[in-house]
Amino acid sequence: MRIEVLGTGCRKCDNTATAIREVARELGIEAEVEKVTDPSLIMQYQVMSTPAVAVDGKVQHSGSVPTKEAITSMLGG
Amino acid sequence: MLAIFTWLADGIVYTLMGFQEGTRLADSIHFFVEDTTKILVLLVVMIYVIALARASLNLEKVRHYIQHRHRVTGYFLGSGFGAITPFCSCSSIPLFLGFTSAGIPLGVTMAFLFTSPIINEVAVIMLWSLLGWQFTLAYVVIGVLVGITGGVVLDLLRGERWLQSFAAKAYQQAATSPHSEADPTESGQKLTLSDRHEFAVEEVKEIVGRIWKWVILGVALGSALHGFVPEGWFAENLGSGQWWSVPAAVLAGLPLYSNATAVIPVMESLIVKGLPVGTTLAFCMSTVAASFPEFIMLKQVMQYRLLGLIFVILLINFMIVGWIMNGVSPWLFSGA
Repeated sequence: MRIEVLGTGCRKCDNTATAIREVARELGIEAEVEKVTDPSLIMQYQVMSTPAVAVDGKVQHSGSVPTKEAITSMLGG
Repeated sequence: MLAIFTWLADGIVYTLMGFQEGTRLADSIHFFVEDTTKILVLLVVMIYVIALARASLNLEKVRHYIQHRHRVTGYFLGSGFGAITPFCSCSSIPLFLGFTSAGIPLGVTMAFLFTSPIINEVAVIMLWSLLGWQFTLAYVVIGVLVGITGGVVLDLLRGERWLQSFAAKAYQQAATSPHSEADPTESGQKLTLSDRHEFAVEEVKEIVGRIWKWVILGVALGSALHGFVPEGWFAENLGSGQWWSVPAAVLAGLPLYSNATAVIPVMESLIVKGLPVGTTLAFCMSTVAASFPEFIMLKQVMQYRLLGLIFVILLINFMIVGWIMNGVSPWLFSGA
């Protein structure tokens, strides 16, 4: 599964990416986590509050660092 | 009610730590203890209460309220929402593009972004507790006006000509073929009281966790000024008679990139020591609202000409604020 962390590069975005990698590893899920910082790409997702998380091209979360539970449910664990 | 913090500081500084009342050092430490305890307690209580009230407000709703309004209403709404919407500066770019691609005029979006760093609940709480409600009210009105005039001037000069091309294209598309979106005010389910409580607790943790260092740093600087700069020194050397003190304050504030939290305690000390109110405000706003990191971020969606224009508009705005406030403050704060 392909996971994109959308955000223009603040610390919360880094934290989000780290948190997702961690949960994916714990759950044993093969997930490719990628940070998207290009504003025109973020605009196409119609996201206004970052960090936001898109799973396989669909926005699942926006506006904060997601909790562990939220990440687990996004990953379908 | 706030006297309890004076009493607490008396106890800690004079009784517990054994400082002699009236010395400079004791004055500074007393000021520091009283203000940090007062501000931190007020912040926790007030942020919680405010967060309860605005738990259901999000940027999608704000955009929906502003969209399709008359331009003039738009400026007021943009600036007003900028003041009350919780918003981290790292979200400026997505917010800017979200507004622009919905066909909201550049000036209205910028009214939001200008006002947002100047006015927030933390700034208001601190101003209120340190400088009283008249000053806080004046600050809020000025912050909103700075945002509105900035936005209006940008639109008059047709600043949207100098957006980066992808942003300009998105704006034109929205202006020519407005696609109707789902109304976000209807779709969301109603928040229960426990949802709101949970949100408010998170907000307190997040905001206080982020700013407590700034409060301490700001108050420490303020205390140092308080104890060690002689009474009336500013009034003699940088008083309102010297017109150039306002542009000098704006320029001095520019390289200092800080947030309102750290600047406000310093402001209080400056005013108490006789620096004119307008000069102090000009310094504060220039420190808080015109920051280079912010400009570097905005470069992603704007050409240099537009960035330069915004920068100049802000500087002129701050100087005008300074001069006007220096002119009217004798009537506004006759007691202070």
